[in-house]
Amino acid sequence: MDFNDSPEEAAFRIEVRTWLEANAPQKVDTKKMSEPEILKLAKAWQATKAAARFTCMTWPEALGGRGATPIQNVIYNQEESKFDVPRGFFDIGLGMCVPTVMAFANDETKQRFVAPAVRGEEIWCQLFSEPSAGSDVAGLRTRAVKDGDDWVINGQKVWTSGAHYCDFGILLVRTNPDVPKHKGLTMFWIDMKAPGVEVRPIHQMSGGSNFNEVYFTDLRINDSQRLGAVGDGWKVALVTLMNERLAVGGSTGPNYAEIMALARSTVTEDGNALANDAFREKLADWYVQAEGLKLTRFRTMTALSRGQTPGPESSIGKIISANQLQDLSNSAIELEDQFGIITDTAIAPMEAAFQQSLMWAPGLRIAGGTDEILKNIIAERVLGLPGDVRVDKDVAFKDMPTGR
Amino acid sequence: MNFDYSDDQKFLKNEARKFLDGNCTSAHVRKVLDNADLSYDADLWKGVGAQGWLGAAIPEEHGGLGLGRVELCAIAEELGRACAPIPFASTVYFLAEALMLAGSDAQKAKWLPKIAAGELIGAFATSEGPGVVNAANLQSNVVGGKLTGVKIPVTDGDIADVAVVLANEGGKPGLFLVELAGAGVTRETLKTLDPTRSVAKITFSGAAAERLGDAGEGFALTEAVFDRAAVLLAFEQLGGSDRCLEMAKDYAMDRYAFGRTIASYQAIKHKLADIYVKNELARSNAYFGAWALNVGAAELPIAAAAARVASSEAFWFASKENVQTHGGMGFTWAVDCHLYYRRSRQLALVAGAPKVWKERLVQQLERRNAA
Repeated sequence: MDFNDSPEEAAFRIEVRTWLEANAPQKVDTKKMSEPEILKLAKAWQATKAAARFTCMTWPEALGGRGATPIQNVIYNQEESKFDVPRGFFDIGLGMCVPTVMAFANDETKQRFVAPAVRGEEIWCQLFSEPSAGSDVAGLRTRAVKDGDDWVINGQKVWTSGAHYCDFGILLVRTNPDVPKHKGLTMFWIDMKAPGVEVRPIHQMSGGSNFNEVYFTDLRINDSQRLGAVGDGWKVALVTLMNERLAVGGSTGPNYAEIMALARSTVTEDGNALANDAFREKLADWYVQAEGLKLTRFRTMTALSRGQTPGPESSIGKIISANQLQDLSNSAIELEDQFGIITDTAIAPMEAAFQQSLMWAPGLRIAGGTDEILKNIIAERVLGLPGDVRVDKDVAFKDMPTGR
Repeated sequence: MNFDYSDDQKFLKNEARKFLDGNCTSAHVRKVLDNADLSYDADLWKGVGAQGWLGAAIPEEHGGLGLGRVELCAIAEELGRACAPIPFASTVYFLAEALMLAGSDAQKAKWLPKIAAGELIGAFATSEGPGVVNAANLQSNVVGGKLTGVKIPVTDGDIADVAVVLANEGGKPGLFLVELAGAGVTRETLKTLDPTRSVAKITFSGAAAERLGDAGEGFALTEAVFDRAAVLLAFEQLGGSDRCLEMAKDYAMDRYAFGRTIASYQAIKHKLADIYVKNELARSNAYFGAWALNVGAAELPIAAAAARVASSEAFWFASKENVQTHGGMGFTWAVDCHLYYRRSRQLALVAGAPKVWKERLVQQLERRNAA
């Protein structure tokens, strides 16, 4: 048992580090930059990576990758994370959407789209969730109606990351409401700049707008934009979602070290708050959880390094990290006592990091699978417990009861 | 990255499971549970000795197998899973580790071969009453090589041949080796939450005591022994937690209520998912402890604390929710749930309660921060 690279891994790590040192852009303070300015930097960096084949590394060479092993991919990401490079814009497109295109599109479409996406020239988004279809995404209502060689699309998608700067998207729609919900879906790719597509930012409870709603009004697309057979959309979507765990990164935000620093500088009647017994017990719990998650990732890496498929233990990450962030943030603002209510970054401790994470954490517990859905996944796929009773399994979609 | 058992270690673990499947069934555990005069399963103890497990981590020069601590962790995991009713921890994680940590060459040469050969049972005696023993309340005292005092509770104290005892000598705390068959030792078996493990009150009145390690280092050495034991105990706890999850799953799959198996209800599914998550976090922390113990890393104190906190919490949660999943059946003497419920308490208390370890963990964090 050790944490060492194998000789091959160590050599690759040095190769990566050397390349990054020579090529990574100079550190810039992106806090003061606008999103389009950051995006410009991100695209330039993506092009540099693509030229050296340090993106989509596990893909075959013909598609822009280098046929790397998963552990080499992990090593690259570890090393890149030590540099202050703009990131995050391409994860969903290259992690989920383009692999779906690669799996289901014809050669001509692949030729057209894969390379520009790898180089960061075009960005893709994923259009699945709807206001009435979240955890139960197969209950979606956006309709596509056949009209000659075309399809006409009407409806609304929601929680679409990056829709406002994306060039293309993969879109899951209902093509047949007369059959049970999973059987009447079809997948297409669309041009996000086409007439009939309107992107509006969502105003989140946190105050920010990191996601979008996307409205379709008589959007007309050709049947050649279909991915997979008519009615096979669910099967295609599963291929996309299979990649989700890989594409959705770990959560960020203050952890045990930050709240420890806060406690040390917070005065209570017993001295500083770090002297408080109840607080110390919680601090230990947070440390044990955070270390447990980090070490669980090491176990996943070990499996990759040994050429094995990682076990299901990686599925526990978001449940723990999102809940901990919420709990820790709340403890922090209570530690600040009356002062904890202040969100002004110039006044609140640590530039209001805990107030911000308190308002962001509820979203983390929902995005990419709610706590409840993730527990179902663990129960069913890891432990092998039976699925829930499905009352909608044999009912035509149009006859299903609907509420909100 | 190589953060898992090796193939050889997996093989050893698998062999251990096979041996215990045959030699440590629920009937074996219950024999000790139901018989107040039986402190442990002597046949299983002999069998475990014959397997070489008692000397797994003892160097070959002292009659052991000279394997690493990770191998011992693999064995511990299986012992915990089987709820083994034997003084393995007291002898191997406490006595042998204390000797290897602080023993003189003569002490190692005298005792380690006997441990490896299964010829003696050990005990580790620190507690003297409710709460944590410390410099202010430690009463046991050694004068002129003779120990006087009362230690309670001492796990396996009624069956042990040798105990390591925390006591003052000339105002300085130290650890002492005491042969319990000698004069000046009175032992009384106590009733406990887990009758499958034995506990005694030992009264020393002028018992011969030989110092183990340096004078004045009693508390530091106790902590160092606890760090080592905590990692090994964490693997027993992990084995128990995994077994509880299996039991709960198997029962839920086969129990029908309201026309379907209770395993299909989200209330049960989410409960079992919660157990799984805690067990995996505990496993990762325990592995880190195993690594630190095996290589003697400077991180051992914080790794041991994290392993102990995570495993204690996981086993407690798994054992109580296993009872709950079994419903009324789980509350009966006949169903095995209570064996693990009891053992989870025994293991969580024997090297100090989790609350104490959380405090030790935070002190380590503070030290790391100051450094």
